[in-house]
Amino acid sequence: MDIRQGFLVTLAAFLTLSIYSFLYGDNPLYRFAEHLFVGVSAAYWMCQGFWSTIVGNVIPRTSETLAAYFQVPFKEYSWQYIVPVILGIILLMRLVPKLSWISRWPLAFIIGTTAGLNLPRYLQSDFIQQMNNTFIPLLPDWQGIGYFFSSFSFSMEGQFVQILTNVVIFVGVLCGLIYFFFSKEHKGAFGVASRLGIWILMVTFGASFGYTVMGRISLLVGRITFLFHDWLNIL
Amino acid sequence: MNVGFVVSAIVVGGGLLWIFIRSLRGKDVDRRIVFGFVGITVALAVLFQLKFGEVATPIVKILFEKIETLPPGSKIVISFDFDPAMAPEVLPMANSFARHALAKGHRIYFFSIWATGQSLLQVTLHDIVEKEFPDAVYGIDYVNMGYKAGNEGVLNVIITDIRKMYPGDVNGTSLDSIPMMKDVHSLKDMDLLLSIGGGKPGVKEWVLFAGDRGNIPTGGGAAAVSTPLLYPYYPKQLVGLLGGTKGAAEYEAELIKRHPRFANIKTPALDMMGPQTMAHVVIISFIIIGNVSYFRSRRKQANNG
Repeated sequence: MDIRQGFLVTLAAFLTLSIYSFLYGDNPLYRFAEHLFVGVSAAYWMCQGFWSTIVGNVIPRTSETLAAYFQVPFKEYSWQYIVPVILGIILLMRLVPKLSWISRWPLAFIIGTTAGLNLPRYLQSDFIQQMNNTFIPLLPDWQGIGYFFSSFSFSMEGQFVQILTNVVIFVGVLCGLIYFFFSKEHKGAFGVASRLGIWILMVTFGASFGYTVMGRISLLVGRITFLFHDWLNIL
Repeated sequence: MNVGFVVSAIVVGGGLLWIFIRSLRGKDVDRRIVFGFVGITVALAVLFQLKFGEVATPIVKILFEKIETLPPGSKIVISFDFDPAMAPEVLPMANSFARHALAKGHRIYFFSIWATGQSLLQVTLHDIVEKEFPDAVYGIDYVNMGYKAGNEGVLNVIITDIRKMYPGDVNGTSLDSIPMMKDVHSLKDMDLLLSIGGGKPGVKEWVLFAGDRGNIPTGGGAAAVSTPLLYPYYPKQLVGLLGGTKGAAEYEAELIKRHPRFANIKTPALDMMGPQTMAHVVIISFIIIGNVSYFRSRRKQANNG
């Protein structure tokens, strides 16, 4: 490891420890590392956006001279690419207080386009398709009681587990929906289903919490491995 | 028995016992002690390199089988939709997918709809593709399409025409001069889409804007935080899913089991499961201690009052 690399690894170790120092309490080292991280990230995204979108897509279709300057192959002149350039410039008018009102036009265009693009896809894949995914047979691959007992198994692929899974999905969805149905008092059988719905929700939140813990621990393992292996070289 | 495991168990077990006794005496446990305890546990497990075996669960195995059974020369998209913060969890997945696909003779189309994914893609290209598969030829076996801004808008375009959004690859080389792009016009020409990520856009957007729309088999890997939100798409909209480090470790274990040539590869996800297990044991112990302490103090209050 040369001096430059050693310095960079030590700097990375310092920033790692600075970030983790927040666990003890808020402090200037943490705030410095946090601001540096946010600034570097924003700059990185901006550079990547410039080189991939402006230089990669717009220039090869709008200017032969600029294409030659940035050493990208000129495709063909296309006036449609001028429109987003103009909208982009107008968007930057937010930086000029007197002209900031103009930036609402491209902003409205962005919001409208995003909503227009997303609505049919979310409706199709997240709504209709998800409902379709809930219509499942409660007795999958049912070939009679004899076959069921001959294949009775708690293995993840057995028929018994498949039946159990589908029943849990069916009952879980139904009871979860009942919990959120407030037009009827949660009493009697309806109340029991509602309470089961709460349990289903609790199990779901518990699973999410477990996954979140796993994610955070993975990041900690990654950082500790970096400190021990790359910085201290003891692994 | 592993010496590291014994030492870790003594230190961690002793510490937990001390905290348990303290909490029984009614003393509060500072949150910094909890953080420090988890940190020490993970550090010990990393230091002693504790390892546990992994077996692939159906949701992982089915994705493995999909890549395994595709005919050689199939076209697979691997999209790097993550940043360095997620990398410890999901980079091992990306590496395993690349390894597996190249070993089976498939053609890989590397994409990134996250700006930060592009530099991490270079890590996979350097460490896995170039080092482990020196015979793989750029433009014939794999191509790097690079990053394009536009989030799901990018997917919305390339599902009908890749060239509209990508005049060239990451180096600006025209797609028409790249051999493996000759018969590829849109994502609909692909045999499998794999997205690796944990934010937006990510696996979900690939399902919504590419997989479902083009009826293309889609799978992927996600950071643990976003995995529970993706399970509802399995098995109809997602072929399979690798959830967090556990999913990555299962895939690595299956890869080693089924392809002996990978017996000596680095397995970062499998290595991470030792510290994971220890940390989870500690956290579960803290939850139990907290509950015992809570119910004990409640009973004491009821007796006094």
